[in-house]
This record gives sequence, structure tokens and C-alpha cells, in this order.
Amino acid sequence: MTYSRSFFGKLILTPTIAVLLLWIVIPLSLTIYYSFQNYNMLDGSPTGYTGWMNYEFFIFDEAFYDAILNTFLIVLSLLLITVFFGFLFASLLNSDIFLSNFIKLLYISPFLIIPSVSALLWKNLMMDPINGFGTFLLNILNFEGIDFLNEYPLGSIITMLSWTWVPFSTLLILTSLKSIDKTIIESAKIDGANHFQISLFIILPNILRSINIIILIETIFFLAVFAEISIATNGGPGTETTNLPFLIFQKGLQNFDVGESSAGGLIAVVLANFVAIFLIKNMSKNI
Amino acid sequence: MIPKLFRSVITLAIGILLFFPILWMFITSFKTEIEAIKFPPSFIFDLTFSNYFEIQERSNYFKYAFNSIIISLGSTLLGISLSIPVSWSLAFIKNKYKEFILLWILSTKMMPAVGVLVPMYIIFRDIKLLDTLTGMVIILTLTNLPILVWLLYNYFAEIPHEIIESSQIDGATFFQEITKIILPLSLPGISSAFLLSVILCWNEAFWSLMLTSTNSAPLSVFIASFSSPEGLFWAKLSAASVMAVLPIMILGWFSQKQLVAGLTFGAIK
Repeated sequence: MTYSRSFFGKLILTPTIAVLLLWIVIPLSLTIYYSFQNYNMLDGSPTGYTGWMNYEFFIFDEAFYDAILNTFLIVLSLLLITVFFGFLFASLLNSDIFLSNFIKLLYISPFLIIPSVSALLWKNLMMDPINGFGTFLLNILNFEGIDFLNEYPLGSIITMLSWTWVPFSTLLILTSLKSIDKTIIESAKIDGANHFQISLFIILPNILRSINIIILIETIFFLAVFAEISIATNGGPGTETTNLPFLIFQKGLQNFDVGESSAGGLIAVVLANFVAIFLIKNMSKNI
Repeated sequence: MIPKLFRSVITLAIGILLFFPILWMFITSFKTEIEAIKFPPSFIFDLTFSNYFEIQERSNYFKYAFNSIIISLGSTLLGISLSIPVSWSLAFIKNKYKEFILLWILSTKMMPAVGVLVPMYIIFRDIKLLDTLTGMVIILTLTNLPILVWLLYNYFAEIPHEIIESSQIDGATFFQEITKIILPLSLPGISSAFLLSVILCWNEAFWSLMLTSTNSAPLSVFIASFSSPEGLFWAKLSAASVMAVLPIMILGWFSQKQLVAGLTFGAIK
């Protein structure tokens, strides 16, 4: 009985694991294979081994440096912004306030918006240089309207993305603030700890663990930003908002250069793996 | 300490500021096209509902909404049926590779989509899955599977083993154990996974933009089609956007816990 139960238990693991294994192995091996082939998608099939040429073309393309730089700028600034404001907003929401459940909904809503909607909402209604609400606000403050997406393209993209992701970090940090055991704080108060000491010695260490996880998870998401860029700026003007995913998309599905795009794709995989290793190590503590 | 009322007002003010773009989109959806691009913007105007009707008449909104529903529900049902056995087995059956399997499943979610974009596009092209609902259901199931497995595993792991052991002693068959004990106890967990998966599929905008066009485009792709200069009608864009985001936003309000637990793989809950 116990034998068959254990056997059956392991048996029913196999379909899903097989599915996931195929999902990883087949496309990833193809990416590796294509990255060493000369392959224009319109030709139908690869036309020959090219060695490292695709990698050379991808890496020595001027757009590559911009893409790497923009990718890092997006990831770093979003991490700083989401952690800073996330902590600030979560602390506000966690303090004793009226209507806290209702107010929380206002904070988290932007995260629930479809990326293409938020891209067009910001591009048009908020950031349009002539009719946008941003220009209206600037005019009220006696400034000229700004063509945000042309003059500060990367800043505008980061603003849009912050609007989406600060709510996410706020929600996560708030959840971990709420999970701190209240009785520990109470007993610290009884022992005479002041507000500052409680924040520094009880809340902070608890929060740092969560922030660590949040940073790793967010990095995975931020390395993959695509829809907002593709819809709001199409990587431009020039390559000013082109990041790695957008460049790979351009090479592959716009220029039909499968080989070069795959070489780029593999670089993206390696990049994400650096973060993934830390994240997986971290998560192994939680099982 | 700052007084409670003052703190509440500050917190509310920031909340309104964050919510404002959504509110502004909502307001704009009830304007005429001329009113929508008026500058300075108008705050008082004659309400019109015509945008909501015109969106359907001109661009067949319901087709895209239907696609979104089919993709979300299809991929959610498939994803949950694939993840229940794994999560159940890992939570209840002794397995020395448990930790390895869980972490490996997690690692599949770490693979960036662009890393396999071109091969997936070519595979889909060759097996005729490009721009099909089936193709979208498959790809979204694959991308969400790790999240669902982890979410359900965490729920199952909290069911006390004693309950299952005592049912075995009472002579419950394997089938009874699952249908009479595990499923009822884990129903809240399964519905959580359901909600989270629907939200994630509905808001998905990478594979949808890459792999769909006229036939199987969900709402995220339909809205993106407004980005062409000739298609720029702010009032209609807003009306279409409101219809596309409102149901999921409200669903998300009630699924905060699931969002947190799902997207952090249970690390924060």
C-alpha cells in the first residue's frame, strides 16, 4: 500500500515535469543552435554554420552598448525607486490611519493595469506635449510644456514603469511589515525601547530579508521590460530607450536575422542567470 | 507622533495622486473626441457614453474581449490541472529530490522570454500555432506553471498530515483521499491559484504582442493597436482601456494575498 502510494506519487510528477523540461530544453537548444547559424527567417531554414559571427555582429553593433546601458539604467533606477517609495508608502499604509483598506486599493491599482494600457495612457493622456495633463500641470506652475518622450525618453519610460512597479513593491513591503509579530514590538516597548530603536532593531532586520527577495524578483522582471518600450517609444528616439529585450526583438522579428537575435537571446539568458542563482539560493532557505 | 488625521490625509493624498492617471482615463472615456484633447483640459463637460458603443461597432471589441477570456480561462484551467498533481505529490509524498524539483521548477521561470523568442516564433510558425488561441493558451500555461506549482505547493504543505494519515487508517482509498479530503481542504488554495492565473494571463503583454495578430489578439494587443498615429482617438482609447482593465483591477483588489504569495513564490505572505 505505502509502496504503491509512493510510486503513484512520483508517477504523477512526470507529466508536468516533462512538459516543463521540453519547454526549457527545446527552445533553448534551438537558440544555441541558431546563434551559430546564418539564418534569415524569410529563407525558411538555416543556411550554414557561422562560428561566433552572430555574437560579433550583435556585440559590435552600436545599438548593443545603448541597449546594455539602458537595461542597466532601467533596472538600477527602478530598484532604487521601488524600494525607496515602496518602503515609504508601505510605512504610511502600515501606520494607524483612517480608511486604510480603501486607501491601499488606490496604491496598488496601477500594478493591475495591462502594460499596453499604461503605456498609451502615459504616452498620450499624461505625456503628450500639446494636450497632455503633464503639460497642463507645468503650465499651471508657469513652465513651458515638455515633449517628455522625445526630450527625456528614458526618464519617461522609467516614470511609467515606476508607476506600475512602486505599487508592487509597496504591496510586498506592506505585507512583510504586517507579518512582523506584534507581540515582539509590544514587549520591546515594555522593556523601554523607543520608537527609533524598535524601527532599527526589530522592523529593519525583518524588512531587509524581504527587500532582498523583492530586489531579486524585481530584477528578473525589470531585465525583461518590453511592452511599455515597444508601445510608447518603439525603442527610440534613435536607440535612447532600446533595452536588451527590445533589441533582440528588433533583430529577430523586424530584421528577420534569426542568428543574431538568438545570439542576443543567449546573452539575455546568461545575464538573467546571474540574478536567478542568487534568487534560487535565497528561496532554498524557505522550503 | 504625527496625529492620526493628518497622517491619513497625507496617505490619502498620495494615493489619489497614484490613482489619478486611471481616474483621468476613466473621465476621458466619457468625453467626446474633441473634448478629450481640449487644452487646458476640461473637468466639467457633457457626459457621453458613445465611445463605449463606437468601440464595439468600429473595432469589434467583443472579439478581443472574447479572446482574452478564452486565453485566460483556458490557460488557467490547463495550468491548474498540470500543477495540482505535482504540488500534491511534493507536499504529501516523501521524496528526497523534493527541494531540487521545486527549485528547478522555479528556475524555469527565471528564463527570460526573449531568450527563446525566436525559436518559439519559428516553432509556432512551423506547427501553425501563430495567431491561434490554442498557441496562446499553451505558451501562457508554460510561463505561469512554475508560479502555480509553488502557490499550490505552499497551500498543500499547510494541510496537516495527520488528517490524511487518519483517513488512511480509516481505510480511505487513494481516490477518496484526494476527492473527499485533499480537494475540499485545498479549495481555497486552488481558487487563489485560479484568480492569480487569470490576472497574470489577462495582463500578459509579451507573448501576446509577439505571437498574435488579427485572429487571436487579446485585449492587451487590441489596445496596443491604438499606438499608431492614425488610430489616436483619446476618448475611444480610454473607453476601450477602461473596459479592458476594470474587471481585472477589481479582481486584483480582492486577490492581493494571492498576488504577493504567487509572485514571490511564497517568500512573502
